[in-house]
Amino acid sequence: MDLIFEGIKKAFWLIVTFDAEVMGITWLSLKVSGIATLISLVLGISSGTVVALTRFPGRKLTIGVINTGMGLPPVVAGLFVSIMLWRSGPLGFLGILYTPTAMIIAQTVIATPIVMGVSLAAMQNLPPKLRLQIKALGATRLQMIWIMIKEAKLPLLAAIMAGFGGVISEVGASIMVGGNIKGYSRVLTTATVMETSRGNFDVAIALSIILLLLAYLINLVLTHVQQRERPR
Amino acid sequence: MKGQGSDVLLEAKNLRVVRGGSVLVDVPSFVVRKGDVLAVIGPNGAGKTTLLQALAYLLKPFEGTVFFEGLEVAKGISVLDYRRRLAMAFQEPLLFDTTVYQNVASGLKIRGMTKRLMRERVDEALGLFGISHLADRSARTLSGGEAQRTNIARAFATNPALLFLDEPFNALDQPSHEALVKDLRDIVKKTDITVAFVTHNRLEALQLATAVAAIQKGRITQFGSVEDVMNDPKNSFIASFVGMDCMLPARILSCDGNCFVADVKRGTIEGVGDFQIGDRVTLCIRPENVALSIRTTRNETSVRNLFPARITSVVPSGPFYKVELDCGFPLASFVTAASVKQLSLREGGEIFASFKATSVHAVRRGDTEQPTLAGGTDVTSA
Repeated sequence: MDLIFEGIKKAFWLIVTFDAEVMGITWLSLKVSGIATLISLVLGISSGTVVALTRFPGRKLTIGVINTGMGLPPVVAGLFVSIMLWRSGPLGFLGILYTPTAMIIAQTVIATPIVMGVSLAAMQNLPPKLRLQIKALGATRLQMIWIMIKEAKLPLLAAIMAGFGGVISEVGASIMVGGNIKGYSRVLTTATVMETSRGNFDVAIALSIILLLLAYLINLVLTHVQQRERPR
Repeated sequence: MKGQGSDVLLEAKNLRVVRGGSVLVDVPSFVVRKGDVLAVIGPNGAGKTTLLQALAYLLKPFEGTVFFEGLEVAKGISVLDYRRRLAMAFQEPLLFDTTVYQNVASGLKIRGMTKRLMRERVDEALGLFGISHLADRSARTLSGGEAQRTNIARAFATNPALLFLDEPFNALDQPSHEALVKDLRDIVKKTDITVAFVTHNRLEALQLATAVAAIQKGRITQFGSVEDVMNDPKNSFIASFVGMDCMLPARILSCDGNCFVADVKRGTIEGVGDFQIGDRVTLCIRPENVALSIRTTRNETSVRNLFPARITSVVPSGPFYKVELDCGFPLASFVTAASVKQLSLREGGEIFASFKATSVHAVRRGDTEQPTLAGGTDVTSA
């Protein structure tokens, strides 16, 4: 019992004193996952919108692939990015394996299908006649797409949260392409794995609390979003 | 006078919409004149909405050409420019997730109008539709009536040359419905806007329209002024739509010039119209043209049709009472409350029903389809 009690006590101490290492790890996590989420938003919302609003051969198959991609295991993404960035791999010349950049790429690969899938669903959930109404108001194609994205902003916010929540909590890909290098590519999840295996439960608990807090905040926003009504 | 001008605003030629092998709309010619308020009536699934959407170039693909102010759409005038001269409000309000003001402004914003001019126009539209006090409310919090007013105000704000309304009042409760129809009628009068609206509702058509187009199974079955269509409906669907509730299948027994005698199940009815012996017809008799009396007056009046009848029901119907009768065939009569008292009309009572031959409107069966039987149950009471 002491182990747990002492662990929690020390963990709080690490957090309230803004322990440099814990804060550094947290900041890197937010930075890597934040940038990855931003990139995946641009890629995911635009491609998700195109798939939602157009009809082309193989569309059903594409949607199937996107939905499968939403459940892409991080280790598979990690493997894929590792191979691509391996010294003798196709992008090996970049020399960015085991860097935060590689982690951003891997997390983007994980988050993009999630954002795409949620955006696709958000667009398809808009009333089917809304497109006609926007056209009837005299909108150009681009104006129409923009208005539809604005109309779907609440579920799209859910896409952001789902994407960010997915990558901030993944560990497999980050360890594979980041290498968990102290002070350089160590993030909340990879550090938690390592500290736990070392028996440093206080640090592991502190990191987990921060991770939980982030997850809680994300869910708070999501719940708020989901409880809002649609206009008539 | 509205509807009398010869300025053609919109003309469609050989309009055809085919989906999955079935023809949804097949209209060789369709004209909307400046200042018209055109009611498009028809049973469910007749193609009313499809016709409107095709006219507005919202539906692809369709065959045919649309001319707007003499210019061919997509050739003489671009589809976008054409759409920006129109406005359309659908049955569901389809409001944007923002304030009422921003909703009403959306069409103007799309056209890149300056903020100042936009405010003027939006304020005007909000005022016309009596929703100025809602300007800053979120569209999400509106009642059904308020939402539909916002929807139509949004269409109206762009100052369209032609306003399409697709059953705009359908989803409303009775008081909101009546208030909106009344307001819209005033607005139409005040602004001289040209409107084409789809409706299921006889009163809406009567209160708003100057012209009526009836569409059945994708084809226009009658097109004319409200008076023409009201007084001379071309088939039984239109007859029932315009309020000729009492419709009797009959066969022409004899003809004498412009008059005929038709055989209904248990009796004969005299009417006016040009038919051949043996023709199968539907006789339409408006309840307001059927008079009730206690004594038979056969030898004293010009009334050609007089029947002893048993009263099957007496129900209040708006300002009148509707008395349903059994004369061997069903008949109905509208009478005032005073008459109900004076003639002591009550269920089961005996009475004489009479109507003039000129009040009998006959529609030939066979050359007109019978959409009332084929699924047009939305407005018929027969």
